[in-house]
Amino acid sequence: MLRLEGVSVRFGARAALDAVDLEVADHETVCVLGPSGSGKSTLLRVVAGLQEASGKVFLDGTDQSGVPVHRRGVGLMFQDHQLFPQRDVAGNVAFGLRMRGAGRAEQVRRVAELLELVGLPGAQGRAIAALSGGEQQRVALARALAPQPKLLMLDEPLGQLDRGLRERLVVELRELFGQLGTTVLAVTHDQGEAFALADRVVVMREGRVAQVGTPLEVWQRPASEFVARFLGFDNVVSATVSGEVADTPWGKVPVVPGALQGECRLLVRPAGVRLVPVDDGLRCTVRARTFRGHHVAVILEPAVGPPLEAECPPAEAPDAGATVGAAFTAGDVVLLPPEPDRA
Amino acid sequence: MAGPVAFFAVFFAYPVAAIVGRGLDVGGAWQFGRIGEVLGDPDILQVLWFTSWQALASTALTLLIALPGAYVFARFDFPGKQLLRAAVTVPFVLPTVVVGTAFLALLGRGGMLDQLWGVRLDTTVWAILLAHVFFNYAVVVRTVGGLWSQLDPRQEEAARVLGASRFAAWRKVTLPALGPAVAAASLMVFLFTFTSFGVVQILGGPAFSTLEVEIYRQTAQLLDLPTAAVLTLAQFAAVGAILALHAWTVRRRESALRLVDPAQTARRPRGAGQWSLLSGVVASVAALILVPLGVLVQRSLDTPGGYGFGYYQALQSQGAGGGTFLVPPVDAIWNSLQYALVATAIALVIGGLAAAALTRRAGPLVRGFDALLMLPLGVSAVTVGFGFLITLDKPPLDLRSSWILVPLAQALVGVPFVVRTMLPVLRAVDGRLREAAAVLGASPLRAWREVDLPMVRRALLVAAGFAFAVSLGEFGATVFIARPDNPTLPVAVARLLGRAGDLNYGQAMALSTILMLVCAVSLLVLERIRTDRSGEF
Repeated sequence: MLRLEGVSVRFGARAALDAVDLEVADHETVCVLGPSGSGKSTLLRVVAGLQEASGKVFLDGTDQSGVPVHRRGVGLMFQDHQLFPQRDVAGNVAFGLRMRGAGRAEQVRRVAELLELVGLPGAQGRAIAALSGGEQQRVALARALAPQPKLLMLDEPLGQLDRGLRERLVVELRELFGQLGTTVLAVTHDQGEAFALADRVVVMREGRVAQVGTPLEVWQRPASEFVARFLGFDNVVSATVSGEVADTPWGKVPVVPGALQGECRLLVRPAGVRLVPVDDGLRCTVRARTFRGHHVAVILEPAVGPPLEAECPPAEAPDAGATVGAAFTAGDVVLLPPEPDRA
Repeated sequence: MAGPVAFFAVFFAYPVAAIVGRGLDVGGAWQFGRIGEVLGDPDILQVLWFTSWQALASTALTLLIALPGAYVFARFDFPGKQLLRAAVTVPFVLPTVVVGTAFLALLGRGGMLDQLWGVRLDTTVWAILLAHVFFNYAVVVRTVGGLWSQLDPRQEEAARVLGASRFAAWRKVTLPALGPAVAAASLMVFLFTFTSFGVVQILGGPAFSTLEVEIYRQTAQLLDLPTAAVLTLAQFAAVGAILALHAWTVRRRESALRLVDPAQTARRPRGAGQWSLLSGVVASVAALILVPLGVLVQRSLDTPGGYGFGYYQALQSQGAGGGTFLVPPVDAIWNSLQYALVATAIALVIGGLAAAALTRRAGPLVRGFDALLMLPLGVSAVTVGFGFLITLDKPPLDLRSSWILVPLAQALVGVPFVVRTMLPVLRAVDGRLREAAAVLGASPLRAWREVDLPMVRRALLVAAGFAFAVSLGEFGATVFIARPDNPTLPVAVARLLGRAGDLNYGQAMALSTILMLVCAVSLLVLERIRTDRSGEF
């Protein structure tokens, strides 16, 4: 459906996109994930034709160079919706249909159908200013879907909504896209949103693709320290692997058999840090604890090495100030390539 | 941007430069000595001194009288507010000639005060000052009151809660927020009064003369072009300085103020103090604005044979003017309307293009262009008019015998208003709305029609109204270039006033009344479609 080949965009000296290759298959939902400034939105704008870029963009196998925005037939839902304030809900949803010269009766039918689909039946005559954030969201979605775009792009689709609504909408969106068979390219900075929505996740960093994979792959095997840290993992140290043991500032850490030998960076997922009696592991002082619902995150200050985050069941969480031992589980230890550009 | 720049180069910079050059360049040698000579002349110094101090005094007096008005219009809700606000704005779009005439009818020889109490002010500076207040009241109420009504009253309440007295809260919170708006309004008033022509020409008599009047006298009566050129340069320098100051304060006004919907901040006055403030403001508006307008109408109906439409009927005959005109004065109405329509169209195209260019681009060059657009408001209209006569009379631009000359000159004055009105609205249109339309399949042209036009339509109408009213009242330039057989309304009024006799005087009043009504009607139409967003005036 969509293929990008070596797409680059420069703003002055800074590269917003740097030789990006990307492919989205029919009926697939791909989420581009990255911190702000990583070039996610620019990527969508390039595909839509709103941003000049070098490299090639193919839609359905056709090169899009020189094709103006309004002839590309893609849908784009803007970050802050950009609903037309002087038109009512129906006027907004019907806009794309009118541009395609759809007849009056067809417009009315499609608008009713789409509002039903996004859960706002009968909202045709309402003013945009009178809608809540969640309702605007739905209208923006209906407007983008109305002309049946071959590719639907969403820019931070749930960005400004509160948490509860967001979690509900993610489920609804996923159902909806499955039902319609729409091909979707979404960008977000929220990993929860990306993992819930996507078949495939693309992690971006400073205009380059840092990792591509299913949500499970990315979560379990971050490809680099950057991805690991972006996902919220902070237990990363330098290590030297020999055999099934890595030598780290925290002492010996077990690794899975067959691991690449030599110098590397090493991540221990918090779930892989077990709290044990002081004498059975690395001696640590409990610096802080944060209640996270089904588990408690415990920040440990080890006798040697940088701070360490551990996860444990609420009932077993030690108090701040307590002295505990820490042991590591090989299955939750991930070896990352050394990052020369990071100290 | 190229269009407006070319327009200004050909129809503004070229004529003004040509006339200044003609004045200072004698026999191929630049006579810069003239500058010192002219500026050393005690008579000219007297004019410079009077121009400056009357402008300062007018500005101070206007602020004194209009600031309470700004507060009342911003913060109080009372019956008839809309109507009063419209009435207050009428003078601003009135031709200066009409303003002068109205005050002459009120304060002059045989005027209302003369008849009632034997008081005449037309030989004193007070007539000029009062007329300037009358003229500029709306500038202050609009600029300051407009911002005041959008200031969140809760800021003052927050200060009160923190222990400030009512006055201290106003002084520490509201006044600093209003400061830039007050400064901008003062500068506009100063600019308008500094370059005042019609009012001073009619009310000043031989005793009082501003730079602009002196330029007219030197050019048209004494044919002393070098002196006029020096004076034009002096005024140009002064106006440039004022405009630079204005641009600076306007930019400061855009600093982040938290603005709220004006409808939420106004409430009914409470207590004796607020009611007396309201009645004081209404009384001053009545005395300063409604009475002069009323007197004008009354005089136009007060014929020797009792009240009637005698003077209006006389306007239709050519001979009645005592040979003042080649055509019946009533024809001037038709001329004026035609000229004003064409001038409005030109001003809209040029001003619209300029505003669009200013929205799309940024940088020091554009800011300079922005300031340049305001110059015609302050540069001697007399110079522009005379410049037209001497530069546009030979190929490739031989327009001397063409009717288009008058609308072109009038459009010059209309353009700044169009730009000021359109700019805030155009800036408010979010570019991403256009992108949203494009993604949904709208071509660029279609996107402009579907997104921009609906939002800008109102501002466009308001701008058109302003341009129309302004070109209808333009006097300084038109008086030079309007042909004797095609006078405009203000020119006809001035000619009638220049002649002796009750009939001429009465006809002037009648014509002024007609002009006032035309302006007032276009303003009332504007008031209905005006949005709070549109316009910095």
